[in-house]
Amino acid sequence: MKKEREKKLKIYVAARDACFSKRKEGVWDDGALQITQQLLSSNPDFGTLWNYRREILMHLETVKDEDEVQKIYEAELSFLESCLKVNPKSYGSWHHRGWVSTRLPRPDWARELGLCDRCLNLDDRNFHCWDYRRMVVKKSGVPVDRELAFTDRLIGSNFSNYSSWHYRSTLLPLLHPESPEPLPSPRRPPPRSSPPASPQNHSHRVCEAQLLKEYELVQNAFFTDPNDQSAWFYYRWLLGRGESSPASLLLVFFKRTSVHPRFKHSPVWICDLPPGTISDVTNEHNLTVHWMERHAHRDCALYTGRTESWCRDSATDQELFRSELSVEKTSVLQSELQSCKQLQELEPLNKWCLLTIILLMRALDPLGYEKETLAHFQTLREVDLMRSAYYSDLCSKFMIENTVLKMEYAEVRVFSISDKKLTTLCHLDQLLLVTHMNLSSNQLQRLPPQFSMLQCLEVLEAENNSIEDLEGVFHLPRLEEVLLKNNKISTLADLRPLASCPKLKRLDLRGNPVSGLEEVEAALTELLPSVVDLLL
Amino acid sequence: MAAEDLPSEFDVVILGTGLAESVVAAAFSRVGQRVLHIDRRSYYAANWASFTFNSLLTWIQQHHEEPQPEELQDWSSLLEEGEELIYLSNSDSASIRNVQVFCFTSEEDEEEGAPSTKEDDRGAADGDAVKETPESQSADAKDKAKKQKAEEEEEEEEEEQASQTKGEELSAAQSQSEATRKKISYAQLVKEGRRFNIDLVSKLLYSRGSLVDLLIKSNVSRYAEFKNVTRILTYRHGNVQQVCTISLYTCLFTFEVTFYLFVCVCVCVYIPPFISLCMYISPHLSVSQVPCSRADVFASRQLSVVEKRKLMRFLTSCVEETDEQRAYKARPYLEFLYDQRLGENLQHFLFHSIAMATEDTTTEEGLASTRHFLRCLGRYGNTPFLFPVYGLGEIPQCFCRMCAVFGGIYCLRHSVNCLLVEKDTNRCKAVIDSRGQRISCRHFVVEDGFVAVDRKKRATPPRFLSRAVLITDSSILPSSSDQQVSMVTVPPVAAGCPTVRMVELCPSTMTCMAGTHLVHLTCQSVGSAFEDLSPLVTTMFRTTESPDRETSPSVLWCLYFNMADGSGLDVKGHDLPSNVFVCSGPDGGLSHEHAVRQAEWIFKQILPEEDFCPPAPNPEDIIYNGENASSTGEEEEEEEEEQNKQGEGGEEWKEEGKEEGEGVEEGEEGGDVLEEPSDGGVMFSSTNLTTTPAMH
Repeated sequence: MKKEREKKLKIYVAARDACFSKRKEGVWDDGALQITQQLLSSNPDFGTLWNYRREILMHLETVKDEDEVQKIYEAELSFLESCLKVNPKSYGSWHHRGWVSTRLPRPDWARELGLCDRCLNLDDRNFHCWDYRRMVVKKSGVPVDRELAFTDRLIGSNFSNYSSWHYRSTLLPLLHPESPEPLPSPRRPPPRSSPPASPQNHSHRVCEAQLLKEYELVQNAFFTDPNDQSAWFYYRWLLGRGESSPASLLLVFFKRTSVHPRFKHSPVWICDLPPGTISDVTNEHNLTVHWMERHAHRDCALYTGRTESWCRDSATDQELFRSELSVEKTSVLQSELQSCKQLQELEPLNKWCLLTIILLMRALDPLGYEKETLAHFQTLREVDLMRSAYYSDLCSKFMIENTVLKMEYAEVRVFSISDKKLTTLCHLDQLLLVTHMNLSSNQLQRLPPQFSMLQCLEVLEAENNSIEDLEGVFHLPRLEEVLLKNNKISTLADLRPLASCPKLKRLDLRGNPVSGLEEVEAALTELLPSVVDLLL
Repeated sequence: MAAEDLPSEFDVVILGTGLAESVVAAAFSRVGQRVLHIDRRSYYAANWASFTFNSLLTWIQQHHEEPQPEELQDWSSLLEEGEELIYLSNSDSASIRNVQVFCFTSEEDEEEGAPSTKEDDRGAADGDAVKETPESQSADAKDKAKKQKAEEEEEEEEEEQASQTKGEELSAAQSQSEATRKKISYAQLVKEGRRFNIDLVSKLLYSRGSLVDLLIKSNVSRYAEFKNVTRILTYRHGNVQQVCTISLYTCLFTFEVTFYLFVCVCVCVYIPPFISLCMYISPHLSVSQVPCSRADVFASRQLSVVEKRKLMRFLTSCVEETDEQRAYKARPYLEFLYDQRLGENLQHFLFHSIAMATEDTTTEEGLASTRHFLRCLGRYGNTPFLFPVYGLGEIPQCFCRMCAVFGGIYCLRHSVNCLLVEKDTNRCKAVIDSRGQRISCRHFVVEDGFVAVDRKKRATPPRFLSRAVLITDSSILPSSSDQQVSMVTVPPVAAGCPTVRMVELCPSTMTCMAGTHLVHLTCQSVGSAFEDLSPLVTTMFRTTESPDRETSPSVLWCLYFNMADGSGLDVKGHDLPSNVFVCSGPDGGLSHEHAVRQAEWIFKQILPEEDFCPPAPNPEDIIYNGENASSTGEEEEEEEEEQNKQGEGGEEWKEEGKEEGEGVEEGEEGGDVLEEPSDGGVMFSSTNLTTTPAMH
């Protein structure tokens, strides 16, 4: 046995070397085709050999007439078929097949589709085949509705198939677009010349009648097997994916500050206004900010007697945070929520169901459902321990959103979110003008770099957290008071960012490991000379 | 042929070619035993056989004739010292009773044929089904005449077909089916009789049942091809509802080949209790599909999403035994289901179609059969059942072929008259065959029909099965694909009534002609087959008795008969020599467990040390190395030829022998054909042992 294997190896190595030397010499003949074929049929994943083969074929194209070329390529296709039998997931074979198919003088797309169907019947998750099939469909102009029916069939035989669901999500907007845009008639193959509706420029939305049918279909799937995530993902896609409008947040300050070293792109841009622009606070000032790159501009007004102004695009409160599910018709969302609740009654511990309910509730009425949402998060953390941190972060995000929604932002400069089990901070961009922030009694471990956006912050209350890291408390020009009682700051180095806050006067570090260090007081005085009230 | 041509010594002589006997034959032959396998009949597979329409008519005719009492010949001249004779019964007619035939289609080719009045009379004939009425006999006489005429036609047709290419045949079949949309006449049935393969028994193969395991293990599977039952239907509320319709691929045991053959199998129809006659004409009965696999449940349009969840949860929970299930162990399964609060719909599916339970099924049994059902799902498709293409009669023949390949010798129309028993040891030393030849054997295996009644020991009094075979013009539940194989369980119509099992086969199973469906009904007998089953037929189908059921399929022709239930027979304890083993005939169950277990038991009794049906080598793996190659193709062929010479019982035999020889040859050399993914039709012609048993 061993001997035989060694013998085989010898033959293989010899053939490989012969191949390489032929390629070096630039031999592009039938013999070379033969020898690469031998090697590839035993090892179809040999990329270099496929390249060599392509070189040979391209050479042969130039010397043979069309009929002969057709014949050669057809032989190539049947050779590839045998390679795919050896390894149906060989990158090399599929790629080469794609290449051959496009060079074939008279391609037989029906045959290629048939091959794909056979492969997908054997393994409906062979993504190589899916890729190749998409190429074939594009080239041969299979009508979109036929393709949709194809996904119907595959989903019908086994709905645990991301590829089919995903393919559906690309076909539906083409076949049943939302708006009465000039829709491509379903019978007509998509015109070849016109740019295909690419994901980038297409609306991605589907007309309501079809959406309702899709909801039904996907509900059948997740009621049948609620633990199958492919259906849930598709469902979430159906419910809509908010397209976050490009954040055009500009903030103008009077003084230049430095950008946090951790950011590649600053979320906060600070520019000096020409001296004397706003010398007179008693008058109203109108400023226009131009964004050259996007040719966008925005006016904002600085009202009389104010030193700050807050303006943002017309986003309403409703739209502000709905990035997860875009707002479908409320009635649709409401009935979807009912279905999910029905499933949840049957499967109270199903995580996908719970998560979807939470998202639906967020989309419908984030404040009204707050209590239920929190309870569901609690269940989620219990049933899916592995992801409990993820759920905590998501919950924190929602709690912050709710708090932001609740505050009358234009007036209030105090942001208080204590005792909400927060594990992470986000949406800080919505809080740029906050002067007083209360984060006490949460489960925060760090103040992230984004925290440095809070350029107006004067008082930071963060007692009773688990903060180890103050990275974000950096260059905050107005910060005067930092209360960090009962946290986990353990070294002096952790406190270094505070040194960049020139106005810091009061610092409470009681109940932190760092306060037990030797000579910490002296070191702190040196590090933070502005602090006059230090509690250790 | 001269009787001397048969060797006079064998290890095992087997009389009867039913499933159990054939499996035993294959098992012995496979481990090198010399096997003589004979059957008194002119066809293989005994009561497991499949017939073309015309040969079924012959069979019917035979069973109408009075069995001629054979004269007992005195064989005592062949006795040696210390031996005695045990005569075998040579009439198997006792196992089939109450054969009744009804034809609801016009005799001749008519355009829009209204059933002729004569037949109306006959169809509506009194319920006196126990005795053969003069009417039905006259019908048979007619059949006979028909048959003769048809045979002549057939011969011509055969020649034609031989010269036709497959494509032409196809188009011919198509045009045929178009023409027959109207109404297929009796003459057409006879003319297309070869397209039928009508089984005497109606069973299915559980895809993880013992027969499938045996077919795979022994490699006998290569001689047959199977289709999935595509739907499991339920019959209730006066509608045939489709619980699940799935198109399935033909499943070959070699997974290399995938076909796009879609089969429709209707397996179970549930028919609500007929309490009174008036219910027979109730228009509210219906058949629907039972969702049983995940894909079915997903696709089902009848279940609400909540029901889907409940059903899936129940099925998932069945897989492993829970404490709750244990608590119900001995209580009725129905009670357990009720307490699961599944709703009427689901309870019905689970009880009748999936567990196929009856009122006295315990929870333990119910769950066990549910588990078996679920384990079988998904192995070859979305239902747990397979059906052999060309009918169930193929399976015993496949095993016979295996036996022949390993040297077994076959003779049809050849029987054993008596056994020679050594008094001292109470062992059968030899048998005397129907030609008076003494053949020594070490073991004798016999179908129970050949054993005199007083020598058999029965666990229960003899029971019968009621069978009906209908040729209909459409499916009980039409769907987008007209090639469905459906299985339906029809719950008892009233307390004390039997559950009826129904299997509907489509033309692509090669069991019926294009434009027709073949429906098999089976239940435990209470009265005669006609009494037991005709009410159901009248309810579900359109016959002359129920002409107003316009939407139901029309019955073109139907056959009722009772067959002895083999399950009541004990394997051991008969008043027979210790080396004589009795195989029972077909039992009433859906699966083949009974026969397979029986065969294995017999084999283990005789050769406890040997492996039961070890895998046969692939033809291409056989190494030809000189003299000791007892299993080389050459020799087998010689043996086959030898058989051909021996089987002189008429032309058929020669023909068949030839076919067989060819088949083997192709099987041996053309191993590639089997494996090569190619079009189904081609595979068939080369892989089937006796696709068309030559019986005229």
